[in-house]
Amino acid sequence: MTLEEATIELPDPPVLSDEPVLLGEGTAAPDFSLKTTPDQLVCLSDFSGRPLVLVFYPADWSPVCGDELALYNELREEFDEFGAAIVGISVDGPWCHRAFAEARHLHFPLLSDFHPKGEVCRSYHVYRESDGTAERALYVIDAKGIVRWSYLSPIGVNPGADGIMTALERLTPDQLGRARRERRPGAATSDAPPPEPRDETRP
Amino acid sequence: MSTPLTRKVNADDHVAGPSDAPVTLVEYGDFECEFCGRAFPIVQSVRKSLGARIRFVYRHFPLREAHPHAEHAAEASEAAADLGGNDGFWAMHNQLFNNQDALEDDDLLRYVAEIGLDARAVDEALASGTFAPRVRADFRSGVRSGVNGTPTFFVNEERYDGSWMNEREFTRAILDAAESGARRPPVGTDVVPRSAPEPRPDA
Repeated sequence: MTLEEATIELPDPPVLSDEPVLLGEGTAAPDFSLKTTPDQLVCLSDFSGRPLVLVFYPADWSPVCGDELALYNELREEFDEFGAAIVGISVDGPWCHRAFAEARHLHFPLLSDFHPKGEVCRSYHVYRESDGTAERALYVIDAKGIVRWSYLSPIGVNPGADGIMTALERLTPDQLGRARRERRPGAATSDAPPPEPRDETRP
Repeated sequence: MSTPLTRKVNADDHVAGPSDAPVTLVEYGDFECEFCGRAFPIVQSVRKSLGARIRFVYRHFPLREAHPHAEHAAEASEAAADLGGNDGFWAMHNQLFNNQDALEDDDLLRYVAEIGLDARAVDEALASGTFAPRVRADFRSGVRSGVNGTPTFFVNEERYDGSWMNEREFTRAILDAAESGARRPPVGTDVVPRSAPEPRPDA
């Protein structure tokens, strides 16, 4: 055995806390149950049967986060064509989320990984111990709860939506949840309605 | 990492400047976006200083939830293009950026009348959303080219990630592109614009 071969046997080096390795394609997405309003919980299983875009972001009200979420807010039609739902997750509390979502007219749920703080972020490998916030990261989870794509963005850079759209386009009918029932592009996805608590609070 | 313009400049675009200019500047903009408003005089100045060496293309990227007047402003500019051709579009484009604080429908129609076009036809087009698909097509093309907010510029089909607010730096980048562009065939010639001259044999 050469020295080069021998080094392969070594365990992986420890992962630096500021360079997390996200859950890769094929991993079962960790379950979660998080508040989206002070009295309403949202679980991973609520989205079973359709793709889910998970948007982890550092903080409500920060400039880059606002721009990033504003972009996804404009893309509801495009996500609908894949029957996909989208949720944002940060460590902000549900009251903070409510005020932020109302101010920015966001039409998708923001989930609070507030208590125990960062637990869900940790399970998705996107908790920044140094800052006590989520990383800026994206996950596309298929209809069966399997991670199909993940992306870690530099904390100050809006990752945009191109990667999400490409990941959704690559999903098979089975992964889109379309294997048994035909869903036309753009058709309402009334068989698995996402929680839309935002509308209750809108005038 | 370079971010290329995925939808090349084509005959459907609003183009100002010669088709054989060595540099092409594409802007994805939103008529109600404050930063696009700040970029407007800078772009005008850069275009003036480069003269016939620059071709400028404007595409729509309205963030409708953040900017409630942006969509109709974009559609009104398309209606102006439909009525008044390329000149109609650019006249309306300039009107809108010069009057960003007044973009109610009545204001839009007033600007249409001021540039000598039929305000009633534009009113009807806004009411029926005639040009909404055109605006949406621009928006989608931006999403797929890494446009995450506005304004986003592409210099010779590569996203410009430097500072456009620094006019000197912005002009320098465009001049550099013009100089390298002058040594090779113009970009974006996969579809020949209507006004393009016959292709010249390579000198």
